[in-house]
Amino acid sequence: MNKHLKMDERQSDVLADMAQGTVGRELARSEGPLKVSGRAVYAAESGDGTEAVGVLVRATIANGRVASIDAGDALALEGVLRVITDSRMVRRPAQGTANGAPAQDTSQVDHFGQPVALVVADTFEQARHAAHLLDIRYGVETADIDPETAREVETPEGKRLEQGAFDTAMDDAAASIDAIYTTPSQSAAPMEPHAALARWDGDRLTLHGAYQMLKYNRNELADALGIHPDNVRIVSRYVGGGFGSKLGIGPEAVAAAIAARAIGRPVRVVMSRAQVFEMTSRRSETWQRVRLAADRDGRLTAIGHDARVSNLPGEAFSEPVQIATHFLYGGASRHYETRIARLNRTCAGSMRAPGEAVGMLALENAMDELAHHLGLDPVELRLRNIPERHPENGKPFSSRGLADCLTTGADLFGWNRRNTRPGAKREGEWLVGLGMASAARSNILSEAQARVRLNTDGTATVETDMTDIGTGTYSILGQVAGEMLGLAPEDVTVELGDTAFPPGSGSGGSWGAGSVGSAVFLACQDLRAALAARLGCDPGEMTLKDGVATVSNRQTRLSDLVDEAMEATGHIEPGDTKQEMQQAAFGAHFAEVAVNSVTGETRVRRMLGVFAAGRILNLKTARSQCFGGMIFGIGAALTENLVHDPRDGHVVNRDLAEYHIPVNLDVPRLDVAFLEERDPWANPIQTKGIGELGISGAGAAVTNAIFNATGIRVRDYPVTLDKLLPGLPG
Amino acid sequence: MTKIQTGLRINGADHRLEADPRTTLLDALRHHLHLTGSKKGCDHGQCGACTVLVNGRRINACLALACMHDGDEITTIEGIGSDESRSALQEAFLACDGFQCGYCTPGQICSATAMLREAADGWPSHVSPDLNGPVTLNAREIAERMSGNICRCSAYSGIVDAIGQVAKGGVK
Repeated sequence: MNKHLKMDERQSDVLADMAQGTVGRELARSEGPLKVSGRAVYAAESGDGTEAVGVLVRATIANGRVASIDAGDALALEGVLRVITDSRMVRRPAQGTANGAPAQDTSQVDHFGQPVALVVADTFEQARHAAHLLDIRYGVETADIDPETAREVETPEGKRLEQGAFDTAMDDAAASIDAIYTTPSQSAAPMEPHAALARWDGDRLTLHGAYQMLKYNRNELADALGIHPDNVRIVSRYVGGGFGSKLGIGPEAVAAAIAARAIGRPVRVVMSRAQVFEMTSRRSETWQRVRLAADRDGRLTAIGHDARVSNLPGEAFSEPVQIATHFLYGGASRHYETRIARLNRTCAGSMRAPGEAVGMLALENAMDELAHHLGLDPVELRLRNIPERHPENGKPFSSRGLADCLTTGADLFGWNRRNTRPGAKREGEWLVGLGMASAARSNILSEAQARVRLNTDGTATVETDMTDIGTGTYSILGQVAGEMLGLAPEDVTVELGDTAFPPGSGSGGSWGAGSVGSAVFLACQDLRAALAARLGCDPGEMTLKDGVATVSNRQTRLSDLVDEAMEATGHIEPGDTKQEMQQAAFGAHFAEVAVNSVTGETRVRRMLGVFAAGRILNLKTARSQCFGGMIFGIGAALTENLVHDPRDGHVVNRDLAEYHIPVNLDVPRLDVAFLEERDPWANPIQTKGIGELGISGAGAAVTNAIFNATGIRVRDYPVTLDKLLPGLPG
Repeated sequence: MTKIQTGLRINGADHRLEADPRTTLLDALRHHLHLTGSKKGCDHGQCGACTVLVNGRRINACLALACMHDGDEITTIEGIGSDESRSALQEAFLACDGFQCGYCTPGQICSATAMLREAADGWPSHVSPDLNGPVTLNAREIAERMSGNICRCSAYSGIVDAIGQVAKGGVK
């Protein structure tokens, strides 16, 4: 049985008519017991200990070719089995949803730190030692390291937009802002290093990997190896975080597969933490010029957002920093231009909320500057500029809780206690301020399938190759199935992360819950129809709750109704509602900071995020997603800075002691509130994505609070103490 | 390289390890003894994912060679509790959603287990108002004492809540 839906029209809220009451509840993660007891198995742990171990070796030039590799000393070491260089090995990870191999042939070097070889030995200790002994000679070519001086800079036509009379609007404005903001390279830095374990059975490859999007990863890996995707199975049951860095197949997987084939034995390849920083994707540094023009009442007449980002030559991805600027605020005249510098730096790719995460730092700072300039409350300025329709293409919004988020957040946070004069509130050595920012993140539906089986004992099993990278997928899919089939959470088993299952959407772009959740919903609708047919009624006349089907006064246990397991596959596809409606989730961030007037240290004291993101499937996991995003925002605002050496572009701070992601004490009490919302245009379960909403705008609330505390506007992220000290009163 | 014999008492059971002397305690646990609950996040002592207890005190297992712990009593997450019989901290992490991807979680729970003992023993921290104790485990004390365990999913709110709950109920 199959049920297919193309989202061509508005959907009614079927879930609201269900009786189980599981969806929306604050349930503990269903896979949690395995995680807190150390029994959830991640990629590197999926072997039995007899597998050989591969260690990747990096290039130590920024651009050129590997002229020769002398592996004599390495191969002479005990236990060393092979030094592998193979034209199929990949130089960088695939971009998200690439569906084909990334750049291959590691003899061509285009950034410092890219893999050039794999050393394989019986044990990790042997391989790691041998990896240091390769004598690698290079033909060095001139490299471009600095985006300011790059020889090749593209200005794509498709990323340019001019609407109205922008220059005139700027000239005639009662108030205007023209400011440049910069953000550095950042790293996703998930806690689980990228890992792969490859095992061949004849021509068939099984790869346990740390990946987010298996249906694409399978094709990418097959393409890299030159084999048919049918011969590739990828398993990623538990993934230790991704944040974009595990979207596409990476060097570790391709190298492990090639090595395992070559030596006729399973091979495990795990990146070192240093390699995670230099061989997986980074978020591009950005240069952003934001221009705002407003009338005396603070109504925008023009918005301009220009950017310069970077990537390796030939990479299609570029950080889309203006993504939220297009639809968040009105203003008749608009101007956008993006330059892409081609650099010999670690590959740039999608990191949590590509576009919004850094683009909204600039936009929301500029809005704060404009509010200050006009003497207008920053919340009020935003409320006055919420456009009726998409200001560039006229599309209506599918649902938009922005105004409610702003006003509710202001109330909950005590925004009216904010001192409007910057630098005016002092507590001993500490200068205290409040800041806020809007949040917006585009909502995307991605094609997905899931299979649901109703077992003869009245329980259900959900199967899809969708992953749970910490997002709560195991829990929410079980809740959707439980709601539709009238089953308690413990009576639904969710199996994920195996390409042997129907292809889901993958985790990324905040589209997992809405896409795969809808596929599960559709499969269950089909099962409900089949159950109703057995009971001789319409599905609408049947109530399913706690394993019992009720029609009129007649009750039948599901276990009595299902004599042979029933199976259905749900399949969702984006359709016309994607084109016709502007879909996004919205929110508002509020932050209180204290800046030490002597040391320049900033402490975030408290933070609130209020979000409207359609139906919330599980309050507990949704809230945690938002916490996580907001804390990424604190990192972006205050500490995260992936430093490239100006001589060769190498990542200087390639460890967790020097690349500063927030630790426990950096994070204050956080509060998250969700507003009640349904989005009938998004998908049949009426959700919108939340995984990236929490980071969008969050860092700007922190830096706007720093301005309110100190009167110092730092436009070069992160706002470290050295940038504040010169302006502090001491 | 000549292998070296090490006797480890792990979670109450004796294990004999015959391994390359360069083998860290973490790799011995994960890849020789199939105790994969302890995680490798950085291999540099910078993230805390590998935290285990050695003779009751928390250490980073990635910074210790296995052969240096001959005869030591080691507790890993597998010894803190099973999924049938969970410790109070494990229950609290579940209830407070003190994790997302789960990769740092065993280290967080091992670390918190030892931290509660340190606090009960009156050890001060960087944020303690009084170096001579007793220690009151408020949110700030917990956050400071757990800052050696990084969580990139950033489940810090849940982690602090979970440990706070257990601290209030007394150390088990």
